[in-house]
Amino acid sequence: MPVNIIVTAKQVIDPETPASALKVDAQGKRMETPPNVPPVINGFDENAVEAALRLKDAQGGKVTVISVGKSFVLDVIKKPLSMGCDELILIQDDNAPTFDAYATAQVLAAAIKKVGQWDLVLCGRQASDFDQAQVPLGLAELLKVPCVTIAQKVEVKNGQVTVQRVAPDGAEVMEAPLPALVTISNELGQPRYPTLRGIMAASRKQPTQWKLADLGLNASELAPRVEVAQVFIPAKQKVVEMIGGDNDEEKGWNLARKLREAKLI
Amino acid sequence: MADPQGVLIVVERSDTGMAPITAELAGAGAQLAKALGQDLSAAVCSDSASSPGLVQAVGRLGVKRVFVAEHAALAGFQIEAHLAALEQVIKQANPRVVLLGKTVQGRDLGPRLAFRLGCGLAQDCVEIGWDQGRNTLQAVRPVYGGASQARVLVVTSPAFAALRPKAFEPVPETAGATAEVVKVAVSLDSIGPVAKLVNRTKQEAAGVRLEDARTVVSGGRGLGGPEPFKVLHELATALGGAVGASRAACDAGWVPYPYQIGLTGKSIGADLYIAIGISGASQHLAGISGVKNIVAINKDGEANIFKEARYGVVGDWSKVVPAFLQAVKEMASR
Ligand SMILES: Cc1cc2nc3c(=O)[nH]c(=O)nc-3n(C[C@H](O)[C@H](O)[C@H](O)COP(=O)(O)OP(=O)(O)OC[C@H]3O[C@@H](n4cnc5c(N)ncnc54)[C@H](O)[C@@H]3O)c2cc1C
Repeated sequence: MPVNIIVTAKQVIDPETPASALKVDAQGKRMETPPNVPPVINGFDENAVEAALRLKDAQGGKVTVISVGKSFVLDVIKKPLSMGCDELILIQDDNAPTFDAYATAQVLAAAIKKVGQWDLVLCGRQASDFDQAQVPLGLAELLKVPCVTIAQKVEVKNGQVTVQRVAPDGAEVMEAPLPALVTISNELGQPRYPTLRGIMAASRKQPTQWKLADLGLNASELAPRVEVAQVFIPAKQKVVEMIGGDNDEEKGWNLARKLREAKLI
Repeated sequence: MADPQGVLIVVERSDTGMAPITAELAGAGAQLAKALGQDLSAAVCSDSASSPGLVQAVGRLGVKRVFVAEHAALAGFQIEAHLAALEQVIKQANPRVVLLGKTVQGRDLGPRLAFRLGCGLAQDCVEIGWDQGRNTLQAVRPVYGGASQARVLVVTSPAFAALRPKAFEPVPETAGATAEVVKVAVSLDSIGPVAKLVNRTKQEAAGVRLEDARTVVSGGRGLGGPEPFKVLHELATALGGAVGASRAACDAGWVPYPYQIGLTGKSIGADLYIAIGISGASQHLAGISGVKNIVAINKDGEANIFKEARYGVVGDWSKVVPAFLQAVKEMASR
């Protein structure tokens, strides 16, 4: 059975940026990297793209990626196309307020309704910037479809999605009728690298660009329910005691002695 | 309808009764209710067999009122049933603030419940309070993998917050304390299509559970492969502890995912955490914020983990750790 899949993807600052290179922006509302560090697609969203492409490889269908954001870097946000996705829809509107999770889900829901035909929405389990894990759950609510979170394996058969989800000490298998929404975790496995052919194909494709008005939305209904007052780096006062020694073996022994003195072992 | 009033906590069930997060919700909720000059109440959604025990247990946490929804469909944690019940309970209770745990259950329940009611939720909070100026709930939550924190305002009524487990002091139980019980007749007939649990597999680690261990020995990408984890297991056994890992080590397939510690893995509260070949990315540190003493063994003296550690060793794990293990064994035999 071919599956029509929608994947949501977010452009974020590179989460592997060392903490020492991150700083709070001038408005105190978000973190920024040095200008030479390009943004990336949220890692879990790449896992969701991979999950979608595996389904498409196995049984055919179409994968449409939707991203809501600002200041898109086309080389970055087009990556899902070079991985093999069919279509990319970007929703950016300079006049839009800063979206909270609720507004983002409202915009995505409107976009998905505009796309029309779909069986399955796949989202990354959370975004690596605000780590909220709210948009996918809210989107499922707004679309009124069943929702399964933190998947490591997704199968579609007979109008049903079967999901193996990560549980604290093992796994759970869930079944839901389509249409449904599933959030994907890194346990699914590494996302594929774009092939040369994929990169060529993607370079010929242009993303579809929508503004709020195209979705019949206006800024006032998207006012935040949760406002970010301030982002800050908390002060730390831990001081490390370094264990010395003439060589690494001796340091190992000295560490044991120190921990014994401190009654920790 | 009257103005929304008070703080409502959502009681979470465990296999054996009330989950520990509930006492933490009651602790945070009591302070907030005091700041508001209003009452603390609780919501229990359960089947009739379990609800009396839960009502008694939450009464001992000092809540004024318990709203009880009883229904056979609320026996287990079928999320759609619990969502429908809580939606009805909240409409009747009409609270100003709703608190839940950001637990395995709560992290799915919280956002869906808030969205269903058209409200905002602050996720994974480590502090909450009342912003008198704006007259809204304010919360502090780690963001960017824990590299920073955000102070957020939830401007809806009710305002929702999901609290990070172990970030708030639990209230002690008061023997004999009881709460006024308000039964809520809920209808669960109009639930739409649901996701059904069809199977559950457990991957039990032998020995002490990571979450309960007083000592955790943990390995990262710096170990270079699966083999060195044998030494870590030997060390953990000698120390009576458990073995954990960074996501990099799990992604590489050196150890299974239940070993993962961090933002998207387990959170631990050990007395002693020995991080071996782990750089100390903020997402990893997010899982060890409750650890009392961190020991870092890393060949790079500039590694971020040393900023969080109590004791540090700059060196090659393959030399430091076997010597450390031998010393531990000798001390034990003396
Ligand atoms: C949204 C999100 C969620 C995440 N969640 C988690 C999570 O839950 N848990 C988690 O751990 N990570 C998580 N990560 C990943 C995290 O950002 C880091 O990539 C990861 O923690 C790095 O693991 P590591 O420290 O083992 O590897 P590295 O960062 O590669 O560090 C390896 C360290 O080993 C040292 N080393 C190398 N050789 C030796 C030697 N011979 N002796 C001693 N030391 C040596 C190096 O100096 C280095 O410091 C998450 C990332 C994102 C984006």
